[in-house]
Formats: sequence, structure tokens, C-alpha cells
Amino acid sequence: MSGDNEETQTAEETPVEEKEVQEKTISPEKAEEAKLKARYPNLGNKPGGSDLLRKRLQKGQKYFDSGDYNMAKAKIKNKQLPTAAPEKTEITGDHIPTPQDLPQRKPSLVASKLAG
Amino acid sequence: MAGPGGDMQWCFSQVKGAIDDDVAEADIISTVEFNHTGELLATGDKGGRVVIFQQEIENKNQPQFRSEYNVYSTFQSHEPEFDYLKSLEIEEKINKIRWLPQKNAAQFLLSTNDKTIKLWKISERDKRPEGYNLKEEDGRYKDPNTITSLRVPVLKPMDLMVEASPRRVFANAHTYHINSVSVNSDNETYLSADDLRINLWHLEITDRSFNIVDIKPANMEELTEVITAAEFHPHQCNTFVYSSSKGTIRLCDMRVSALCDKHSKLFEEPEDPSNRSFFSEIISSISDVKFSHNGRYMMTRDYLSVKIWDLNMENRPVETYQVHEYLRSKLCSLYENDCIFDKFECCWNGNDSVVMTGSYNNFFRMFDRGHRRDVTLEASRENSKPMQVLKPRKVCTGGKRKKDEISVDSLDFNKKILHTAWHPQDNIIAVATTNNLYIFQDKVN
Repeated sequence: MSGDNEETQTAEETPVEEKEVQEKTISPEKAEEAKLKARYPNLGNKPGGSDLLRKRLQKGQKYFDSGDYNMAKAKIKNKQLPTAAPEKTEITGDHIPTPQDLPQRKPSLVASKLAG
Repeated sequence: MAGPGGDMQWCFSQVKGAIDDDVAEADIISTVEFNHTGELLATGDKGGRVVIFQQEIENKNQPQFRSEYNVYSTFQSHEPEFDYLKSLEIEEKINKIRWLPQKNAAQFLLSTNDKTIKLWKISERDKRPEGYNLKEEDGRYKDPNTITSLRVPVLKPMDLMVEASPRRVFANAHTYHINSVSVNSDNETYLSADDLRINLWHLEITDRSFNIVDIKPANMEELTEVITAAEFHPHQCNTFVYSSSKGTIRLCDMRVSALCDKHSKLFEEPEDPSNRSFFSEIISSISDVKFSHNGRYMMTRDYLSVKIWDLNMENRPVETYQVHEYLRSKLCSLYENDCIFDKFECCWNGNDSVVMTGSYNNFFRMFDRGHRRDVTLEASRENSKPMQVLKPRKVCTGGKRKKDEISVDSLDFNKKILHTAWHPQDNIIAVATTNNLYIFQDKVN
């Protein structure tokens, strides 16, 4: 299905240079994929797989460790910025915000502007 | 675009919301829904608030009557919560609103956030009793010793007051995030779907629900797909469908078994494996599924297209409409800025002849199935003079850009129209931009 669409699309393009003629044979989607892989060589080959889905399921997860919390608090007292944790799906360690960094989780007391 | 009685021309009718560009997160509109008569229009936002508009019919006898929607009721439906046991922050964002068909003077709707569904009763009060024996008009109690005669309190008219009250709270049934609710045609039950499970509720019973679909694998490492949307059939109370992140739709019949893990029908379009790319699965993920009003078709929305399926044909859709095919050569950037994960909704018009969905740059698209015509329109304050006719927009994909066309690279991807709704009978549409609600209507309504 998508192949058919791409064919009709490329047929409408007016060939100007030979280079463009060569690029027509690679689907735009595959060209975009090559671009992405060039920018992120470590990207896994399972785009819709477990990693992405698990990240979606874990939305809203905020872990708390009192030891980490106190460490982070002490670090800020010494005017040291907490170091960034390595790329992980779970957010722990120095990523724990201190009370000052936490966004206020209060309900919207103001009426919706749609009603104003 | 031709419709019954001549060409359809969409005109600006109203816009609701703040004008300033600085959008507060709470004001982001997250759902829009007309009720079954189209008299009421409900919106939900990220701040957990619901605003309901009511149509005031000015003068139906005039050929070009303007129906205005004005605020009818507004209330705080959900509040932010924190599940301490699971260390989970629960957003107050309203994911879906679904109206119940009207049974008595009051109106009922279901509104849901990620975890909890609530049934709200919206009722009008336009009379109040006056002439109590034991109370003064301001509420103070009279000294019983001063009462010498009895009278019967009388109902006197008062200024209309619209009250919203939560009648049921359906909680603690979803481990994952609720993406859909759908009221059954039996008017007694409804379903709620999260990423991995679908539950069946009775509108009167809050402490119990039945699990009807469970796609959670025994080992979460084996997770390959999630449920993205679900809906009951409009007439067959035993039938519902659910869509997945892999681009499939499963139709289930509740008469077959209590747990509908085994589908009755599987709708999937075969894909040419040679065309497969890193993005294929992501852009095939279905963000919305909607039955047609007549119950013969269903429509699905994936990232780049809208597909119409005949319920009797599982192996491919009967119609496919490209929403913004020019984005196919921008998938790399759209993946990097997360836009590729945007969940667009879609809707049918009253007689199932036209379908509509949103796009970027505050554009929205309509596809006329019968006349094989489509149009791109824009929701913008620049086209907001009363009854101003909307001019069709065009995106230039390459080569020379004509006047009035906009190039793909100039599109504003922060201006997304994810939620649109069509009046069940008339040619009136509600289109939500990030924080504004636009109402358009057909000139010859």
C-alpha cells in the first residue's frame, strides 16, 4: 500500500538533475531511516518493541529513595550540581528533585479560559 | 466540496479561549465531544476541567441562522493524585468524555483521566420553593413561638442554575493508563480501555468491573503491542473493537466468551516487507478508531492516513485517505521532536458521507467519501470574522511554491489539531487547537 503511494508521488516530481533521479529509487521513509541511523548509531533495531512500549507504560513513575534524596539535598547545600544519571528507563539517584524543584501538584483552582 | 443542496462552504462561527500565545499547560484541550442531539458540546483539558457549551438557536426560520454555543456549565472533574504505593503520579488530564443518551431532564457524561472514570450529572434548576413556615427567605430559622398560621411553600421561578455533581466514581480498575471509554448501546454498560486491558462496567455499579480483554504477556519483556483505542458498536451491544500500536484492529463478540482475548475478526492491511523501515511500526500505530453511525464501517487514524474499513472485510480497508503524506520525508525530525507519537483523532459526519481529522499548523482535513474530494482548512484567529468563509489551504511539497501555499518546512508542528468533533445531525464542527476551541458551520446550513 505505502509502496503504491510512493510510486505515484515520485511520478509527479519533475526530474531536474541525475542525482534526483537516483534518489527517487530510495523510498523517502528509508532515506529518513538512514538519516536517523547516521545521527544515532547506537539506536536499536526494535523501534516499536519493548523499550518504547515499556517507556509508555511507565509514564508518571517517580521513584523516591530517601538516601538519594538526602544526598541530593546535601549536594545542593554545598553548591554542587547533581550529576546527570546515565540513560536509563528508571529515574533514580541524583535525578530525584529536591522539594524546591518539584512542580506544584495542585488542582487548577482557576476556571478554564474557555468558560471566560 | 459538494454536499446536499450545493457546495459546502465552511464559515467561522465562534472561537473560545484565551488569545495570548503563552499557553498554560492546564488550558491544553484534551478532548471534545458533542452529545447525542448536538445541543451540548463538552471539552476537557489538561487541568482536569470540563466546560460544557449549549447551543442557543437564534432564529431557525431564517435561511442563514447562526447557532451559537455558550457556556452552560463548567466544573473540576479530576484532580492530580499521587499513588504512594506505586510511586505513580496520576495526571488530572481528561482523556475522554462520552455522553450518555438522555433519559430524563438531567444530562449525564462519563469523563476519565488515566486511572479513574467519573459519571457526572448535569441538571438545571430554574425554580425554588418560597414561603417556608420555619425559615425566613434568607435561611434564618424563625422562632416557632412567633408562628401563628401555616402555609404551603410555593415554587417560584429563579435564574437558571446549572449544577454538576459526580454521581459515580469508577476507580481502581486500571493498572495502566486509560485511553478510551465507550458507552454501550444497551445504555446500561460501558467499557474502559487501558494499554493492556479492557474492562466492562455497569453504570450503576462502581465496586466491580469485568475484565474482557487482557493482552498483558506473562513476561513483560515479551511485550510487543498495546491497546490504543476501543469502542462499542453503535447498535450491536455484544460487539466492540480495539485497535493496537501495531496497526491492527480486533473485533470481539462478548457472547463468545467471558474473556474476549480471542478476536472474532482481525482487521489488518498486509504490508510489503521490502518497504519496511524503522518508522513503519510507529506510523502504523492506530491513534483512534470510530464506528460509522450506521454501524457498517469503522474508521482508523494512524500517523499519516485515515482508513475506512468495511466490517465484512478484514484483509484491507475499503478507502484510504492521506492526511499529510508530505511528512513521510520528514520522519527523522518528527521522531526526534516526538511529533511522530502525536495521537490524532478522527470523526464522521452525521450521515457518514464525510470524515474529518486534524493535522499540524492548525490545519484540519475533510474527506468527502462520495464525491472523492478533500479539503484542507485552517483554524486561526486571522480567519475569525463572523461568518467568514474558510479558504482551502495547500501545502507545497517541493519545487516552486505558489502564492498562498505554505511549504512543509514552514509548518508549525507545535500547532496540532488532535481533537475534532462533528455535530450528529448538522454541518457544525468543533475543532480544538492547543488551547482554543473553534466552531465552524456550513454557510447553507
